[in-house]
Amino acid sequence: MGYSCTIKHVTYRFDSLGELLAKASPFRSGDALAGVSAGSYEERVAAQMALADLPLGTFLQEAVVPYEKDEVTRLIIDTHDAAAFAPIRHMTVGEWRDWLLSDEADTLALQQLSPGITPEMTAAVSKLMRNQDLISVARKCQVVTRFRNTLGLKGRFSTRLQPNHTTDDPRGIAASIVDGLLYGSGDAVIGINPATDSPAVVVGLLNMLDQLRQQFDIPTQSCVLCHVTTALQIMPQAPVDLVFQSIGGTEKTNASFGIHLSMLQEAYDAALSLQRGTCGNNVMYFETGQGSSLSANAHEGLDQQTCEVRAYAVARHFNPLLVNTVVGFIGPEYLFDGKQIIRAALEDHCCGKLMGLPMGVDVCYTNHAEADQDDMDNLLTLLGVAGCNYIMGVPGADDIMLNYQSTSFHDALYLRKVLDLRPAPEFEQWLLKQGIMDEAGNQLQIQASHKLLKLV
Amino acid sequence: MKDPWLKLRAFTPARIALGRTGTSVPMDEVLRFRLAHAHARDAVYSLADIAGLQEQLLALQVPVQVLHSRAADRHEYLQRPDKGRRLDEVSAAALSAIGGTGNEVVIVIADGLSATAVNRHAVPLLQQLLPMLSKAGIALAPVCIVQQGRVAVGDEAGALLRAKAVLVFIGERPGLSSPDSLGIYLTFQPKPGLTDEARNCISNIRPEGLPYKAAAEKAFYLLSEALRLQLSGVHLKDNEQLLS
Repeated sequence: MGYSCTIKHVTYRFDSLGELLAKASPFRSGDALAGVSAGSYEERVAAQMALADLPLGTFLQEAVVPYEKDEVTRLIIDTHDAAAFAPIRHMTVGEWRDWLLSDEADTLALQQLSPGITPEMTAAVSKLMRNQDLISVARKCQVVTRFRNTLGLKGRFSTRLQPNHTTDDPRGIAASIVDGLLYGSGDAVIGINPATDSPAVVVGLLNMLDQLRQQFDIPTQSCVLCHVTTALQIMPQAPVDLVFQSIGGTEKTNASFGIHLSMLQEAYDAALSLQRGTCGNNVMYFETGQGSSLSANAHEGLDQQTCEVRAYAVARHFNPLLVNTVVGFIGPEYLFDGKQIIRAALEDHCCGKLMGLPMGVDVCYTNHAEADQDDMDNLLTLLGVAGCNYIMGVPGADDIMLNYQSTSFHDALYLRKVLDLRPAPEFEQWLLKQGIMDEAGNQLQIQASHKLLKLV
Repeated sequence: MKDPWLKLRAFTPARIALGRTGTSVPMDEVLRFRLAHAHARDAVYSLADIAGLQEQLLALQVPVQVLHSRAADRHEYLQRPDKGRRLDEVSAAALSAIGGTGNEVVIVIADGLSATAVNRHAVPLLQQLLPMLSKAGIALAPVCIVQQGRVAVGDEAGALLRAKAVLVFIGERPGLSSPDSLGIYLTFQPKPGLTDEARNCISNIRPEGLPYKAAAEKAFYLLSEALRLQLSGVHLKDNEQLLS
């Protein structure tokens, strides 16, 4: 099946839905690298015009990766909720964009809609939206998840405390955790990227985190971001709160990560059976990022943003506590500069929220990208306005193990202050009790005698 | 406002106990961070000192070929990794003309993401490594310096020179605390199209990280093992407990 749009005397043809989506995408270096982006500014708009006229039902009839060869496609089709889709099924993509921005599309309407939308239609509508639209629509969504606290409530803004260390030294990690807690960070999760995937190291770090949490009665969860197979292996003898995994939007991408959906299901069931949550039972933590499919040569001819939103269909199947898009980590061959990183982050956040995911964003960049702290400040502020659930908290924004720049503890405090946002309610109470924060949300002066400082 | 936990800095190089003014980072740390980022950015845009490298290598009696990848400049290099992995036509023709006997090992020096690293560390590292190779009777092809090169460009250079193995010295992606880290990648029987699982890597070579002598010993060990076992990559295990 083909699609076309005529502008003056030129007819632009798009042979497949995948090609139409790719050519309608706002420019980014990764799509150019894959050779799927529009050849001219006019062709891009022509694709967007054709896309705007496309009935949403088309996405249920034409798979962008064949059903027979891809288990992510099968998951998308097999779990589609036709009743939830009913309110928008008569619309085109362009009409849906207008509806999403209308007052009719309020928080409840969007929550009820989410099981009825597929990643491809969500990617499609986002390609027609300006940054302002992506912010407006995302802000209306609310996705609340629970484990030992409540994340994603309106007016709340959380952080993952990310205390990585080059050699996984427990005291070095503990020093960064104490620093972060005293700066009010860590309500989304205290999550370590280990330098090695060795099960012994992971178990050691998990025990350390769990002991710390219990000793200070911190209403949060911990995670060591090891491979799902490692988590499965150690679960019988280690305090695993959340199961982490990087995921992608095609079966081949996931295979490159060494996973299949059945493996995620097994880990999800195993983590649920541990019943370690006290407020709720969202036990999964997923990371994604535009470009991961192309980098694994597994993009199936699709643009990187469509692949990304397909990963959200994988995530949503397992009711995660946290999802974050590690937007600027992958490098300039996928997202070249601050402009591309900011656009991608707003797309990811909005599409994830529409799909019903508790979206966080790793607001970040590498030193070979055309970006700096000013770009991250812009993105951070935009995401705060858009109602992002959480960001990372890294000491001084400098991750010494992963060698990239993310957001600092100070950055989160800045955002809470300028937008009047609070941490997760249970964690907020803990911060008050610890004398770290006052009722007005101000950071308090910490004394040298503070009990957290006796930890290391 | 200072944080009363400066002593915790003894346990980690992370930027902890920064203090704050309001909720913001104090001026001194803002500038310290900005300087580190500036060093990393300058490293990304640094140029290989071709004349200097040639002169120093000739002093070591090493023949040199200066080559260029298909990436015309840094802008293209950063966006088109595929072009940085291939030699341009002139370079490929030059290597084809040289050829090889099938017995040599080739050393490729590529700017990668930090020519600064190559300019500083490539020659001192070779000064350690060359005597080891010579003593072991390992024959060397001309040393290839590739501008705008990525790791995999060594595969094409190695194949054109009919090399048994290639060692690629390359500037690594600069971190805030390490704008000049050099990496070495080893590939047995290099040919275009190989991927990372076919290689072994030695990382963070610089005086503050892995010193030249230890890096050269590690490279020599891995190369010897690759030639003995006729393989490289995930199946070549680092059983020497030099660095652990």
